[in-house]
Amino acid sequence: YEFSNGCRTPPWRQVHGEICYLIIEPCDTEPLYITCSTAGVYLNGGITQDGEEKDYERKSDVFKDLDFAVQEEPTSTQKTEHVESVDAEEQGQTRRSYELQEKNVLEKARQQRVQNKPGGRKKSEPSLKWKNLGLASPYESVEDKKPKSHGVNNKAAEKQDKPLRKTTAGGHGAEDFSESSSESEEDEEQPERRPENNTDLPSEYWQIQKLVKYLKGGNQPATIIALCSMRDFNLGQETCQLAIRDVGGLEVLINLLDTEEVKCKIGSLKILKEISRNSQIRRAIADLGGLQTMVKILDSPDKELKCLAAETIANVAKFRRGRRTVRQHGGIKRLVELLDCVPDSATLTEEQERDVEVARCGALALWSCSKSTRNKEAIRKAGGIPLLARLLKSPHENMLIPVVGTLQECASETEGMIEDLVKNLSCDNQELQMHCASAIFKCAEDKSTRDLVRQFGGLKPLVILLKETENKQLLAATTGAIWKCSISMENVVKFQEYKALETLVSLLTRQPEEVLVNVVGALGECAQNPANRAVIRKWGGIEPLVDLLTGTNQALLVNVTKAIGACATETENMAIIDQLDGVRLLWSLLKNPNPDADDRLRRHLAEAIARCCMWGSNKVSFGEAGAVAPLVRYLRSKDALLLLAMMGSTDDVLQEAAAGCVANIRRLALANEKARYG
Amino acid sequence: MSEMSAMNRKIIQNLAETFSRQVKHFDKTETECLIRLFNGLLGDQSDRRAGNGLDRGKFRNILHKTFGMTDDMIMDRVFHAFDKDNDSYVSVKEWIEGLSVFLRGTLDEKIKYCFDVYDLNGDGHISREEMFHMLKNSLIRQPTEEDPDEGIKDLVEIALKKMDHDHDGRLSSVDFEKAVREENLLLEAFGTCLPDAKSILAFEQHAFQDPHEI
Repeated sequence: YEFSNGCRTPPWRQVHGEICYLIIEPCDTEPLYITCSTAGVYLNGGITQDGEEKDYERKSDVFKDLDFAVQEEPTSTQKTEHVESVDAEEQGQTRRSYELQEKNVLEKARQQRVQNKPGGRKKSEPSLKWKNLGLASPYESVEDKKPKSHGVNNKAAEKQDKPLRKTTAGGHGAEDFSESSSESEEDEEQPERRPENNTDLPSEYWQIQKLVKYLKGGNQPATIIALCSMRDFNLGQETCQLAIRDVGGLEVLINLLDTEEVKCKIGSLKILKEISRNSQIRRAIADLGGLQTMVKILDSPDKELKCLAAETIANVAKFRRGRRTVRQHGGIKRLVELLDCVPDSATLTEEQERDVEVARCGALALWSCSKSTRNKEAIRKAGGIPLLARLLKSPHENMLIPVVGTLQECASETEGMIEDLVKNLSCDNQELQMHCASAIFKCAEDKSTRDLVRQFGGLKPLVILLKETENKQLLAATTGAIWKCSISMENVVKFQEYKALETLVSLLTRQPEEVLVNVVGALGECAQNPANRAVIRKWGGIEPLVDLLTGTNQALLVNVTKAIGACATETENMAIIDQLDGVRLLWSLLKNPNPDADDRLRRHLAEAIARCCMWGSNKVSFGEAGAVAPLVRYLRSKDALLLLAMMGSTDDVLQEAAAGCVANIRRLALANEKARYG
Repeated sequence: MSEMSAMNRKIIQNLAETFSRQVKHFDKTETECLIRLFNGLLGDQSDRRAGNGLDRGKFRNILHKTFGMTDDMIMDRVFHAFDKDNDSYVSVKEWIEGLSVFLRGTLDEKIKYCFDVYDLNGDGHISREEMFHMLKNSLIRQPTEEDPDEGIKDLVEIALKKMDHDHDGRLSSVDFEKAVREENLLLEAFGTCLPDAKSILAFEQHAFQDPHEI
């Protein structure tokens, strides 16, 4: 079992730095039980007779690598035939694992052996032996994985590829063997032992290589048989995916796409679709010009072919260059054309059902492509939005998800989709609900959208979704939609009918920032309605808001200051704000502008402060709260100059706010004087 | 002459009436066209043997010219599949019935048809030897290969492994049907014996263009 950090040792051993365990069985001595750790390699106490207990204790010195550890064993030679790693969980059993550390460890050991020539040592045969045990497998991508703590990783990694290339060209492990010029008894022994050493992985590799050979040199029936057989491998497994790539399978599969034979194209795409889930394979396919070919296939009249091509493009276009390539070869337009179907009629003929499936695959591909800005534009230009909007009428989730996903990426206008988005807010599928809420979030900057959402009854489902607090993505999307919808007062009134404020206030704590920004934004808009300001206070919303003033997330700060500013117009709210030192926090934000702080933030800050200062005009409160002093102190301080500077700002609103702030402070000071001296 | 052609027309119409009812995929008009086409292909009507139908050579010519088939053995087997009564001629009835599957067959019909084509000795099973025979030339010979047949044998084993559900070392029609239902691509696993979409389109456009012209 491999843990997520790549270690195969149980956690209580990982703290000792142990990574994995190996059993090395040399031909001429006892098996060696070895621990690979961050400190190096050493012999451990082995496994007891019945295979139950593992003695983890270090029994030898720590060596830099395997070679030395084995050398130290007085009677061992480098003629080891069998290397197995012991899985910590299954102690009695051995399991062959081709996991990064041990590969590299062994690879390094191999290198060492080849280099070590002092007397008595044999030469290159051991290296071949290692290779033929299938240990030097390139399956895991050495380049992509970060080297674990074992020091030898990197160096060994580079050397990794070469031996296997050689094997590939040679074709057959056995041939390499027989060619190696070692002492005769070794030669005789090896072939017999090989069957024992063959495990699933190497045999898959050889079989795939064989099938690719048939693909290269076969006519249509032979190709079909080989393609169907290849699909029986576990194509989701990285080892198989990379095996296909490494034996030149990708070129062959892509070449098949260029032939006239529909069945071969279908068979090839079925495989490419599966293996292109792997990010390296995707890049390789793009490098080989596969995307261009697949885009061409979108023109085919054969619907099954179109579907497969679109689905494969959906996988390959999951990285930037891939998306660009699709666009550059006219893929966007063709994909949009696939969307043209009627998805919701009660009875669909078989042909229409096929069309719906084609549209679904097109939407999947467009979804992947729409992550790039230029592609969003291209989709819009190609008339994709109305077609996607029409597909929203489909009852099938596997159609709706990519459609709404794409719309979310591309749409800036409503174009009649609001009704469908609202409808799907109440569906059972959280992913779909999230996409719909996100789409509403994006579109509701526009007033007509906000009205439509209300008219189609979208406000209530949004409030209902607020209780899905476990799903943070959904929560962020929902609160975002509520925020933007709250810009319209009619919506705020409706939201309050559904007790949205109470729920929003409860979300002010223990939520991630992307949720908080929206929650506070919503509260800020709601607080434009005087009645709501008291509600916010009653439900304990003021304190968390002031707390948030200490944060650093600019977007959040903008919303918080806006919300506090709105709330501060209520006397009772102001009292709490001040008790919590809210005014000081606002000032310090103003004084120490973060280089990222934009005018917006400063404006809100000034407004908030201005509002706070207005409070001071209540004479009775002066005396009672004794809070005039701090405000007056502010006046006297040099900070007032900051306000003056802001009054000179070119931003009207900022100017006004700053001026208002100064005016209020001045009024406050005057009132203070009056109160004191009568 | 016009009398004769008028009579011919009537005969053809009657035949078309009968056949189109027996065959799933052609209506009366289309059947008429196919009959005319058949007559045209027969060539000189006065040839006595023409009365029996299309012989092997003429039929294979059509397969090659119109449908782009090239494999001699397969073309032979297609002829055999059309020639149900085994008299070495494809009669007009066999022509219509065969084309119905050939051009427009449902999956079920095509499965039966292909099995018929591949079951070389007609014993109800596709044996290893038969598969080998059909795939004999399906791989390009590598110059370095010691045993070029090894690849073919391997392909046969792969095909068997995939399709032989009752594990008796040969494919019964049930095995074949099951395999093709699971993976449609395997329908023509042992040889291309059905036309591709392009040829079908071209043939139909040509055949059904002008039904009332003699």
